[in-house]
Amino acid sequence: MNVKGNVIKYGDNVDTDVIIPARYLNTSDAKELASYCMIDIDKTFVERVKNGDVMVAGKNFGCGSSREHAPLAIKTSGISCIIAEDFARIFYRNAINIGLPIIESPQAVKSMDDGDVVEVDFDNGEIKNITKNLTFKIEPFPAFIQSIISAGGLVSAVEKGLLGERK
Amino acid sequence: MGMTMTQKILAAHSGQEKVVVDQLILANLDMVLGNDITTPVAINEFNKLGQCKVFDKTKISLVMDHFTPNKDIKAAQQCKFIREFAREKEIKNFFDVGEMGIEHALLPEKGLVVCGDLVIGADSHTCTYGALGAFSTGVGSTDMACAMATGKAWFKVPAAFKFVLKNKPQGWVSGKDVILHIIGMVGVDGVLYKSMEFCGDGLQHLSMSDRLCMANMAIEAGAKNGIFEVDEKTLEFVKEHSDREPVVYKADDDAEYEKVFEIDLSQIKPTVAFPHLPENTKIIDEVEDIKIDQVVIGSCTNGRLEDLVVAAEIFKGKKVHRDCRVIIIPATQKIYLQAMDMGLLKTFVESGCIVSTPTCGPCLGGHMGILAKGERCVATTNRNFVGRMGHTESEVYLASPAIAAASAILGKIASPDELV
Repeated sequence: MNVKGNVIKYGDNVDTDVIIPARYLNTSDAKELASYCMIDIDKTFVERVKNGDVMVAGKNFGCGSSREHAPLAIKTSGISCIIAEDFARIFYRNAINIGLPIIESPQAVKSMDDGDVVEVDFDNGEIKNITKNLTFKIEPFPAFIQSIISAGGLVSAVEKGLLGERK
Repeated sequence: MGMTMTQKILAAHSGQEKVVVDQLILANLDMVLGNDITTPVAINEFNKLGQCKVFDKTKISLVMDHFTPNKDIKAAQQCKFIREFAREKEIKNFFDVGEMGIEHALLPEKGLVVCGDLVIGADSHTCTYGALGAFSTGVGSTDMACAMATGKAWFKVPAAFKFVLKNKPQGWVSGKDVILHIIGMVGVDGVLYKSMEFCGDGLQHLSMSDRLCMANMAIEAGAKNGIFEVDEKTLEFVKEHSDREPVVYKADDDAEYEKVFEIDLSQIKPTVAFPHLPENTKIIDEVEDIKIDQVVIGSCTNGRLEDLVVAAEIFKGKKVHRDCRVIIIPATQKIYLQAMDMGLLKTFVESGCIVSTPTCGPCLGGHMGILAKGERCVATTNRNFVGRMGHTESEVYLASPAIAAASAILGKIASPDELV
């Protein structure tokens, strides 16, 4: 799988309250959630995001609440992949579970500026910053997590028996 | 090499004698929790599995606490959706308005978690039950959905930091000050992906409310879980609230900890976390005159009876500052009743506070006390992110019930020692 798009970059400790504020959590409709995505940190996000764009951020991305509405809003907004220095653990889990690709790569993050064009080649494990002509290796996921991703998310993985027999 | 408390619980629940750091395991769950925000998403995912039955009707808790009593039509629709699911699946522990409380105060009170349990909840503060010597951690709605179907979840076995607590806290210092102090020290991602294990002689001076408050905020240091060594106080609490037999796991003497911190509780001062991260801590002596508009005393962090007792002690015979609004939220119906019987609610109302039905409400900017642009609030809650309690230009200062009550009376961030 390959994704390509413009970088939309944020700083450290982007929390789930700014990704999707609780005042909008009275719905679970993905499109509606996406229409408020990032509103408390970046009111221009919803207007400027294009399908395939790559969200880039510093450390501890997605800290705070367990709301899966946060990765869901980001995914539905058109973001193809998030690259951060590291992720808060519940966000990390949620993104994998709903099939939103995420990558931890401090070096790649440091090289990227807002608006850079990047391409992520998941098959060959590479991030290419096309604007700056730089390439970074992606650390592969552990096999078990890779199997959830390959299945297309946790629900499909459970259907395939990855979490053992169902009751 | 031995195992930590967390590792022992994970091993026992995955049918293994030993687990090691970074190992991926599939574990059996004793309880799966969801609330009125996260459960609707989980039900949608559960339904995709095309499965009629949940894995165990008695091991799922659904608590309607965030936007309840329902704040608007959409929130009401969400609760109705969950209510119908709970009825259809015959979920035993469905807690609706009238019976509900804030989930992390409610589950220990109802005896639904005991020492040695493995609990997941689609709420980040599920880590609270570590105070009972259980492994509990927050997950998302899809994990919750799959857990409702299978009774299982996958985990990566975490490394751990050990916090050895020593001596006795002084003056107004509570569990809230201790955990804010620790978060200030390690940072909001200081324990990312790892366990925080609390032990030491100082434990005897921390009540169960203190410990529940501290474990509750482990997530604010990025931790996977926070867990306390079980002692007589834990066992007494569990015995009082549950018929289930506790299982006590103690860390091996040669358990491996990435870091060990010694925390002298006697040296900790009342601590306040400034906007907009829980790690931005200052001791009360360093806080200059900061005028405030609102105080919230409640939440899964500090809405327990002991918190209300401390606040009432400070409010007794005093009036709330005229520029300040004070919202007190007992965390459960039982706490509400106890506070009523003890006359605490009378004290609050006579002082000029309002008392709300149990709800998470203002903590996450849901309802019951939203802040306007430029307003400041001292809250006993757990997060002070941008816009957490309302407008993106409002500010939340996290503190203990004692600091919150004194601040309410003086109209600025203050210690009870400043009251004459």
